[in-house]
Amino acid sequence: MCGSGGAGVMTAANMFLDAAAEAGFYALFGRSSGPQIRGGEAAALVRLGADPITSVDDTFDIMLAIDWQGVQRFAAELPLSKSSIVICDPAAGEVPEVYVKTGARIVHLPMKDLAKTIPGGRPNMIALGAVAALIGFPVAPLTEVLGKSLKKKRADAFEASVAGVKAGAEAAATLGESKKLAAPKAKDVKRWTITGNYGTGLGAIRGGVRFCAAYPITPATEVLEYLSSALPKVGGVFVQAEDELASVNMCIGASYGGEASITSTAGPGLSLMIEGLGLSMASETPVVVVDVQRVGPSTGIATKCEQSDLNIAVYGLHGDAPHLVVAPNSIGDCIFTTQWGVYLAEALQSPCIVLSDQALGQSRGIIDAPADVAFVGKRLQAVAPAEGEVFKRYANTASGISPMPVPGQEGCQYTADGLEHTETGTPTSQASDHDMQLDKRQRKLTSFDYGSHWATIEGEGDIAVITWGSCTGAAREAVERARADGVNAKLISLRLISPTRPEHLDAALKGVKKILVVEQSHLGQFTRYLRGEYDLPVKPEQLSRPGPLPMRPGEIHARLLSMGK
Amino acid sequence: MNAVTYAAKDFKSDVKPVWCPGCGDYAVLSSITKAFADLGLKPHETSVVSGIGCSSRIPAYTNTYGFHSIHGRALAVGQGLKLARPDLTVLVAGGDGDGFSIGGNHFLHACRRNVDLTYIVMDNRVYGMTKGQPSPTTESDWDASAMAPPGGTGMTPFHPLAIALAAGANFIARGFSGDPNGTAEIIAEAIRHPGFSFVAIMSPCITFREEQREWKETMRKVGMEPTTDSAQAARRLMTDDGYNCGVLYRGNRVSYGKDKIASAAVSDLDAEFTL
Repeated sequence: MCGSGGAGVMTAANMFLDAAAEAGFYALFGRSSGPQIRGGEAAALVRLGADPITSVDDTFDIMLAIDWQGVQRFAAELPLSKSSIVICDPAAGEVPEVYVKTGARIVHLPMKDLAKTIPGGRPNMIALGAVAALIGFPVAPLTEVLGKSLKKKRADAFEASVAGVKAGAEAAATLGESKKLAAPKAKDVKRWTITGNYGTGLGAIRGGVRFCAAYPITPATEVLEYLSSALPKVGGVFVQAEDELASVNMCIGASYGGEASITSTAGPGLSLMIEGLGLSMASETPVVVVDVQRVGPSTGIATKCEQSDLNIAVYGLHGDAPHLVVAPNSIGDCIFTTQWGVYLAEALQSPCIVLSDQALGQSRGIIDAPADVAFVGKRLQAVAPAEGEVFKRYANTASGISPMPVPGQEGCQYTADGLEHTETGTPTSQASDHDMQLDKRQRKLTSFDYGSHWATIEGEGDIAVITWGSCTGAAREAVERARADGVNAKLISLRLISPTRPEHLDAALKGVKKILVVEQSHLGQFTRYLRGEYDLPVKPEQLSRPGPLPMRPGEIHARLLSMGK
Repeated sequence: MNAVTYAAKDFKSDVKPVWCPGCGDYAVLSSITKAFADLGLKPHETSVVSGIGCSSRIPAYTNTYGFHSIHGRALAVGQGLKLARPDLTVLVAGGDGDGFSIGGNHFLHACRRNVDLTYIVMDNRVYGMTKGQPSPTTESDWDASAMAPPGGTGMTPFHPLAIALAAGANFIARGFSGDPNGTAEIIAEAIRHPGFSFVAIMSPCITFREEQREWKETMRKVGMEPTTDSAQAARRLMTDDGYNCGVLYRGNRVSYGKDKIASAAVSDLDAEFTL
């Protein structure tokens, strides 16, 4: 569904999703918009189905254009086929050539004129009714949703909207077109509706976070938006900082005080936070930084997705600075992976970067209710030393994890420091002290038991598809389609990016004859990372491209079929 | 059982300072520990946070919970700590380069935000640790160091007190390291005063600014008249020559931050997303 700014595309699409949720469907709703703050064209990209949906599809069945203003800018993001239907308003003028060329059937629906026949009527409600009718969607849940969102505001707006939806549905029924959807099976299955960014915020709180300082930035702002209202409810603190430097350092201060802390940002903000991450790493003060990746470098394309912050997340710190990097691979997994990231950061007294991305963060899904897992951040508590002995904050323990006191605890006072230090925390420039602390800080990360969560592994086959982040959904669907075609592949989506798990990946790749790496980066950062950090059994093939276009299942499927020959 | 009381020496650690002989910061350290003791604080419930620079080495010389963080970011670390742990006494300390150059933006917003902590800047108008470059408070024509451009920077010196006032700091004072007892009193009052308290302490660097030895003669131990009226404080600053010590301004703004009270369980948050 697309149209110019103010046409109400996003409003209609959100109502549509609410109704689909009521009716028992699963859905994935991504948004595409230009850089404008308000106004300017927008497209709501919705995939709906009776079964869980984790990926965008190859093409859209229905394109509903309320008007054509600026809409051709989305052409590459709105792939159509000969079996697609384009519904548009004749009053909006000629259909742009780029859509005509797809061979899709063009169907006219006078949305503007129909809206005029209803007092207070709006074309977006006509569109909503039309789409619902085309897919055989019942009107009752739509009316219910309209009631919920509009009745409180204005009764006349509610009536106008209901009349609009009805008029749209009736008009669509006369078009002779149909894209009937299978009836939902999931009515009695517990489902949620959530965006990845809200999921990240919820996961943080589940993991024990009670402090967040953050600075607004697209496409990470919704994490801040969620935490600013949710944290105070659970006795936590939210601060809007003056910049990203302040954000990360406020979090480090709060964490030093004993509170698990998080901040959220996107590429340019992560660049600024790197300095603070080094302090967190060297002073062993845990902090979690969520990076909702967008198209880079520099300001790039702020509203769209790319997986190109891998290098800075893994290698961006100066000095020898091993740290945690984790990546969620679905909307629901934003909850789990952030929660797990908080748990790991607290257990290992390390910075943890959660590499989400715009396609996960800003998409709204109707998903199966996520499990409530038991990962809650907990630090190794310190005990005050015996009389006359000095407390060793950076004690060189076997695990590499040193007991960490909470200010207020008597007898454990120490000075946290970014300067290299001895076991007691006293600054030092001696080689032996540096070696000891470097070994200790690396050891705690590499010797920790991360369990099975280091990757999502599905299926068996001669081919392994290795991917991460939002590409996982498309890769999963491609693997399923290939299996139906007799080509068996195994999906490996890395959740723990740093530290690496060489023995685990070796085991997962046992018997695999070919590897396909799928990622959304021009440089092929993930492929380079895999080849640099792991000893892969075969040279991998690479399927990658930069943002903003998402990887689609069809192209991965096609590559799998050719690899399987 | 008698309550344990702590003397100034109980707030000092055994770590030997890296400072040069004659550095003003030794006296500031003593003033801080004296103020802590005079206020009846406990070392383990007190925190000293700093950035980078000569004076920023100060946390390790105390026996409190210290944090020697990174250049310019001490106020961010300190505010985060205080907001997470309102029960602690938090003192942030550092130098003029750390606070007014690389940390300038944090200084402005810390004044505005008004978190209940005390910020001490040991001002020697020079970058000592890197051996003598002009700082934001250096006189515009100072070129005695080979590190300064001939004729000086030509840049107007930063006026920390005026800027703190304009940005909304709730308590503003000036001290002098040559008057450790007077400075200790000012620091104690700053800690007691709610909200963001700013204390500029003139602390000479006789290694790179030999002429600052004269501050002993030129600094006036008293001379700053306190007021609760910001307009009056501003007028006083316009005629102040920078050598008067004492409290200039006591504001009555409410400190930033709310009490941390949970009204919901974590599991209650699920309801928003459940269908």
